[in-house]
Amino acid sequence: MDFLSPTSLAEALAAKARQPEAVPIAGGTDVMVELNFDQRRPSALLDLNRVAELSEWTVAGEHIRLGATVSYTRIIDELGTRLPGLAMAARTVGSPQIRNRGSVGGNLGAASPAGDTHPVLLATDAVVEAVSVRGTRMIPASEFYLGVKRNALAADELIAAVHLPITSAPQQFAKVGTRNAMVIAVCSVALALHPEQGRVGAALGSAAPTPRRALAAEAFLSAELGDTGQWSAPRPLPGSVVTRFGELVAQAAEPIDDVRGSAAYRRHALAVLARRTLDWAWQDYLRAGHGGE
Amino acid sequence: MTNPSNPSNPSRTRDTALSAPARVPTELTTSVPGGVGSSPHRPDAALKVRGEFAFASDLWHEDMVWGVTLRSPHPHALIRSIDITDALTVPGVRAVLTHTDVPGTNRYGLERPDQPVLAEDVVRYQGEPVALVAADHPETARRAMRRIAVDYQVLDPVVDAEAVVAGAAPLLHPGGNIVRHQPIRRGDPDATAPVVVRGTYRVGMQDQAFLGPESGLAVPAPDGGVDLYVATQWLHVDQRQVAIALGLPVDRVRLTLSGVGGAFGGREDLSMQVHACLLALYTGRPVKMVYNRQESFYGHVHRHPATLRYEHGADRDGRLVYVRAEIFLDGGAYASSTPAVVANAATLGVGPYEVPNVAVDCWGVYTNNPPCGAMRGFGAVQAAFAYESQMDRLAEAVGVGPVEIRLRNAMRRGSTLPTGQVVDSAAPVAELLRRVAAKPLPPPVDPAEVDLRQLPGGVANTTHGEGVVRGVGYGVGIKNICFSEGFDDFSTARVRVEAVGGEVAATVHTAACEVGQGLVTVLQQIVRTELGVRRVSVLPMDTSIGDAGSTSASRQTYMTGGAVRAASHAVRDRLLAMAAAELGATATDLVLAGGAVLSTRDGAAVDLAALLGADAVERTAEWRHRATEAVDPVTGQGNAHVQYGFAAHRAVVDVDTELGLVRVVELACAQDVGRAMNPQAVLGQIQGGSAQGLGLAVMEEIQISAGRIRNPSFTDYLIPTVLDMPPMRIDVLELADEHAPYGLRGVGEPPTISSTPAIVAAIRAATGLALTRVPVRPEHITGT
Ligand SMILES: Cc1cc2nc3c(=O)[nH]c(=O)nc-3n(C[C@H](O)[C@H](O)[C@H](O)COP(=O)(O)OP(=O)(O)OC[C@H]3O[C@@H](n4cnc5c(N)ncnc54)[C@H](O)[C@@H]3O)c2cc1C
Repeated sequence: MDFLSPTSLAEALAAKARQPEAVPIAGGTDVMVELNFDQRRPSALLDLNRVAELSEWTVAGEHIRLGATVSYTRIIDELGTRLPGLAMAARTVGSPQIRNRGSVGGNLGAASPAGDTHPVLLATDAVVEAVSVRGTRMIPASEFYLGVKRNALAADELIAAVHLPITSAPQQFAKVGTRNAMVIAVCSVALALHPEQGRVGAALGSAAPTPRRALAAEAFLSAELGDTGQWSAPRPLPGSVVTRFGELVAQAAEPIDDVRGSAAYRRHALAVLARRTLDWAWQDYLRAGHGGE
Repeated sequence: MTNPSNPSNPSRTRDTALSAPARVPTELTTSVPGGVGSSPHRPDAALKVRGEFAFASDLWHEDMVWGVTLRSPHPHALIRSIDITDALTVPGVRAVLTHTDVPGTNRYGLERPDQPVLAEDVVRYQGEPVALVAADHPETARRAMRRIAVDYQVLDPVVDAEAVVAGAAPLLHPGGNIVRHQPIRRGDPDATAPVVVRGTYRVGMQDQAFLGPESGLAVPAPDGGVDLYVATQWLHVDQRQVAIALGLPVDRVRLTLSGVGGAFGGREDLSMQVHACLLALYTGRPVKMVYNRQESFYGHVHRHPATLRYEHGADRDGRLVYVRAEIFLDGGAYASSTPAVVANAATLGVGPYEVPNVAVDCWGVYTNNPPCGAMRGFGAVQAAFAYESQMDRLAEAVGVGPVEIRLRNAMRRGSTLPTGQVVDSAAPVAELLRRVAAKPLPPPVDPAEVDLRQLPGGVANTTHGEGVVRGVGYGVGIKNICFSEGFDDFSTARVRVEAVGGEVAATVHTAACEVGQGLVTVLQQIVRTELGVRRVSVLPMDTSIGDAGSTSASRQTYMTGGAVRAASHAVRDRLLAMAAAELGATATDLVLAGGAVLSTRDGAAVDLAALLGADAVERTAEWRHRATEAVDPVTGQGNAHVQYGFAAHRAVVDVDTELGLVRVVELACAQDVGRAMNPQAVLGQIQGGSAQGLGLAVMEEIQISAGRIRNPSFTDYLIPTVLDMPPMRIDVLELADEHAPYGLRGVGEPPTISSTPAIVAAIRAATGLALTRVPVRPEHITGT
């Protein structure tokens, strides 16, 4: 097995163009497991850890450009207030060791339906910056996940960064697992309020072949809030709205029975998580005194 | 460390005799104060903390090759043929072996030899070893293994233990599918009572989940024998089984214990022992085998899953009149220790209570599920979940609290067990319960104040208090300590004292396996106490000394501790005799202390180092506990057990009743240990045992479907993390057992038994649900 260790993005892209079958390795928390369990026999590994451009985050206007290999620990420590939803998801990933190594680029590369950052990326309208020697493509998260562990990257492309809007509006992430730490999601929900757009983003994980947005739930809630003028003059939400939102999130799922939980449980839990995250986000919104009540 | 990518050069000619391997356990020495009753540092602590301790997976020999195991993909199939031709053509392959290459008897087993070393014409569980490959590199070995062509005729697996008892299954073994049926009959079988509660309970298959996978290194010896370095629990029982399979005299198979990364019963049966030796003898090269995590799940036995049907009858005050029970234990494909597990579940089946009329039937059966055998708690765990659940039902039916119902029925010293055996040492069941019940309860969680980690779901942010209900539950259990049913249970120890560089030093040699529990520390403490020396070395455990029995049944401190004490006494007697001659005193006036012999009469002293000069005093002792008896096969009557251990738990849980997530907020435990030989190690056992019981209560299960394991990894076989295991409040009682060395009582298993029912009782209290199966899964709580 070849081990390629480029020290710049240009070198990395050239290597990937030359050897498209080379498997990128960032934190290695997915790759090394696959190698150790003999699930994958790549002819080459492309180490991204020496590519400085990938391990930085910068503010670009209204967005954070988050380098692909920035660790979860750094996201929690450095971006907790600007990317609250992503930081919440990052906190639930694995253990301290995994959070020190693992990255959003790796989560996207693996594209597991259970990856914790995906629902947040979907709910917050994140955009994946895919690069190759051919140029740059900006891929909205909603177009990135194609199937179980399949994503929209071309063979010669690398993820350079993820672009997420900076926000002070409430965001939430909640994940059910069968132990209180270090657990793969049985199901998860992310919610982001976008008051400036008069819209709500909602997405779910681990309950369908890919992470996915709960489009009907988003539309229902966005309309409810918009029609009743709640963005500028927020009031406590009627229970019926919260309940309906939960139902619609659950309906967006296509869960299966597996060792981690039953399909029926996943649907049930998604509805509970959707209701609770909406309650929390809306309480935050009320508390922040939006609309100058 | 091993380096699989850098194997020894296969073309090199080997002209030197095989040397000893690198990274084997060495003598562990400390020279500190710390006798019985104190908590000196473990001699292996610094090595382990620094990552320098050599575990069996670190074994290495410069000439070694690697062995791998081809396993059956089917839970039940006939083998029509095995074709190894293709595998042999892979460059670097040294040997490909099947059952026809087993030189001795192709059978082994702890209690009955029913398990082939390599499958012949049938496989009885998924993962059963079928063939072996040795090659220069583990990767080469694995590639060659995939080229072995096995032609299977797949059969329907037998998976239902109750159906087996009902006689509704094809024969899996020549002698029938019932491994053991043990009835217990006491008093009136038709007794009636005004209050009756019934229940059927189920226990899922738990795994020992030790962290160090099965591994070892077999080195062929010039005498035609083999030296095996291995992580195991019982060297001599391995030795006997390996010798029979290899067709060698026992003295040609020599075992040395390597660093063991946990055991919990899972290393009592053979795994790679015979396989590595076969390959070593066949290739003439040292052979290393290390299972990976997934293979480990197929490579050792698990805890028996169980179905338990109980009926308790009581008077209107809740005093038990009778217990009737049927217990079905699924032993899986081979017997392993199923007969002894059956005996425990049956004889301890009503728990630590006085019950005048008992009718228990316990069956252990063969199926095509993974083989089950020893695991911490050993049959007592399954029974306790059922009888403790029943006690709570009874409390409710009678209208008293869960502690009160237990106090009214608690056994004590002098009580008669359902076997007719009278408990002849402390049995403070009521006291243990009172203690945990009297502890202050933890304050309720205030969601506004609290760290998410203190709520069900933890940082996964599933609740900020919504749906959370607190519950409190109790459990108490009973466990037999040491081997039972007339087994000739003994241990052997050699103690040597000599002067080393002017300082007196003692050396202890036994074959008792240190598996992480700290036996090496306790043995040092005993020598210090008995001989008054500070510097004590523990030699590597091996078969050059007599049998020590298994590191199981909470027995090693009792048994090997007893043997070391006996050998120390023999050494002491010799030293005192020498000193008496030197001082012109009588030996009975002399004592050993501080590295010297002192006269209690006139204070005269002689330094031990000076007394010994260049001589050494060495004594070996074989030590036995009081004899036990077999139980009657029809009535279950007999003095089956030598000692009983008791622990009680109170569990406090917060349950997110909408999501079915549980956080155990606190566990309180009280346990009688007779004598806390090493108080810190006692607390460690209580915490670890309680954690393992917590795992069974809320998460740990090998999920089986049609005989296949669905979650053979730590991704999906979940064990508690530090955020799942709460702080504990622990009371340790020391009520000496006059029959045991130092009055001690085995510690390791009782806390595993009572924490599970206590936690489930607490979840029931929070949810009002019946919850008759462990582990409790979220969907059992949400009903979805
Ligand atoms: C013990 C443990 C616990 C875990 N717990 C969780 C959890 O709770 N939640 C969760 O979501 N995940 C979890 N994971 C999975 C893993 O940690 C995450 O998916 C993590 O985000 C992967 O990041 P990484 O940098 O380590 O990726 P790597 O392992 O380096 O790579 C993962 C995949 O992405 C590809 N890749 C990496 N970087 C790029 C890039 N820049 N461009 C293109 N492709 C790329 C790789 O080729 C590979 O296919 C866990 C893993 C372990 C071992």
